[in-house]
Amino acid sequence: MPGAIHAEGLVKTFGDVRALDGVDLDVPEGTVLGLLGPNGAGKTTAVRVLTTLLRPDSGTAVVAGVDVLKNPNEVRRSIGLSGQFAAVDEYLTGRENLQMVGQLYQMGARAAKARASELLERFGLAEAADRTAKTYSGGMRRRLDLAAALVVSPPVMFMDEPTTGLDPRNRQALWEVIQELVAGGTTLLLTTQYLEEADHLAHDICVIDRGRVIARGTSDQLKARTGGERVEVVVHEREDIAAAEEVLRVLGKGETAVQEHTRKVVVPVVGGAKLLAEVIRELDTRGVEIDDIGLRRPTLDDVFISLTGHGAGKGEAK
Amino acid sequence: MSTMSDSLVIARRNLIRMTRIPEMVLFGLVQPVMFVVLFTYVFGGSMKIGDSTDPDVYKNFLMAGIFAQTVTFATAGAGAGIAEDMHKGLIDRFRSLPMARGAVLTGRTFADLVQTTLTLVVLAVVALIVGWRPGFAESTNVGKILGGFGLLLLLGYAFTWIGALIGLSVRTPEAATSGGLIWLFPVTFISNAFVDSRQMTPWLRHIAEWNPFSATVQACRELFGDPGLSSSGAWPMQHPVWASLIYSALIIVVFRTLAVRKYRSATA
Ligand SMILES: Nc1ncnc2c1ncn2[C@@H]1O[C@H](COP(=O)(O)OP(=O)(O)OP(=O)(O)O)[C@@H](O)[C@H]1O
Ligand SMILES: [Mg+2]
Repeated sequence: MPGAIHAEGLVKTFGDVRALDGVDLDVPEGTVLGLLGPNGAGKTTAVRVLTTLLRPDSGTAVVAGVDVLKNPNEVRRSIGLSGQFAAVDEYLTGRENLQMVGQLYQMGARAAKARASELLERFGLAEAADRTAKTYSGGMRRRLDLAAALVVSPPVMFMDEPTTGLDPRNRQALWEVIQELVAGGTTLLLTTQYLEEADHLAHDICVIDRGRVIARGTSDQLKARTGGERVEVVVHEREDIAAAEEVLRVLGKGETAVQEHTRKVVVPVVGGAKLLAEVIRELDTRGVEIDDIGLRRPTLDDVFISLTGHGAGKGEAK
Repeated sequence: MSTMSDSLVIARRNLIRMTRIPEMVLFGLVQPVMFVVLFTYVFGGSMKIGDSTDPDVYKNFLMAGIFAQTVTFATAGAGAGIAEDMHKGLIDRFRSLPMARGAVLTGRTFADLVQTTLTLVVLAVVALIVGWRPGFAESTNVGKILGGFGLLLLLGYAFTWIGALIGLSVRTPEAATSGGLIWLFPVTFISNAFVDSRQMTPWLRHIAEWNPFSATVQACRELFGDPGLSSSGAWPMQHPVWASLIYSALIIVVFRTLAVRKYRSATA
């Protein structure tokens, strides 16, 4: 059965830029898909196509069981969108903004009013509710925009970099809101530059680059693909680097890597904590004094960098 | 989903915005008031209407022209407002909502109509103060006078749809403001609004007499009992009320269709 969001072969070109170059996506109902990719990868374009704002050159998309191209207005009833840039009316108050959105979702005036109060409370905007959005800080606008996307608790949500510009506390609060929504059965497509966020929230991750999906799977699957655990040792004295390298070469499984200036030696390993203990004993026996030692698992950042050849947020797609 | 209720929600939003930026409404008033005063006192003595150079005749001739020009300037406001909504991403927000097609634009034009009405009321009062007297040349009555203002509002409303199309077609609010105004100068000056079209060179006079804008001006002069009615045989000058109604309706139908189509595919 196709998921709540299902797209096949989406292509969208702008002049000679292929923003989407045959993207397939499937998000099962009640799950979160994290869409990752460097700047210019096509994330926003994908979101715009799926939320009826942009017609693809080719491909098909079904959202909440409705064909996006054939029946966009029907789709709009079932989705909430928080775009990459907060879309709020600066000259209306927070409350007026939410009431307006509620009424445009065809809620009655009274219901829209009640819902606005509820959301303002939930997003920590109750105190600023009756000030114009012009006076809001960037993070407050962002939260108002997210609240607007949640006015009718739509079954399918799209959030394009929802936590960009939020402070850690508000980010945490938003994560909780998202987890609550998903627990309640909402399907969510989320784009983000914070890989930790995808790790935390997303059931599945899809990495795109230059309009193509280059990897997909759960966060653990992607990490496993990038390589297993490593032991990292930082020795106290520069002279000990050679000795440490020798120990790691014997106990590790693969090439050792040395960073002279940080006095760090790294090697891939299998065996986890037990092996780590062995490394420590061996170094101790040889009298190598260490500043730091640890077992490191790949992060999504490592996955990202190894897949796209450049870090998140750095460099445009070529 | 109802076009009317969605349009009213958007109109209300735009009216609230106007109360939050009163300067905008104020500047919208200052300019036509300045025109009334300047044209009356600077050009007043030197303009020939028919065979008369009496400043009082020109004053009474002029007002319908200034009223009509003022309502067309609402075009720029509508265009700038819509361009700004695009720029700020609000149009994307609206387009992702299950609302009636065209309600964003219709709501905007409704709000502009309210503003135009307000401007006209202020302007009419100023006109009376500087000496405009409905019934100066021909007898009139309250019904006819209100009818004249009705035609003016309809013309202004029609022009906001042109503004909507301009707003959706340009990239910035600034471009929409100037793009919404520039073409209005030839349209409102190559007309019977400020001078007697009979005194123009023949080809200009033709354009002026068939100019949709002139039809409304002529209709207002007729309904207000103002002096200086054109006696030209051109059909719109002979049947100005009908011509004004037909032109405005045509503009609404054509530009509304174009603007709504553009809205559906617009991307910031
Ligand atoms: N309206 C447009 N006109 C022209 N080019 C566009 C347009 N929208 C997007 N593009 C191009 O399409 C490509 C993908 O853009 P998109 O906004 O989808 O990237 P993104 O993955 O969201 O990037 P970011 O992380 O920076 O938000 C980019 O090269 C961009 O320049
Ligand atoms: Mg983006």
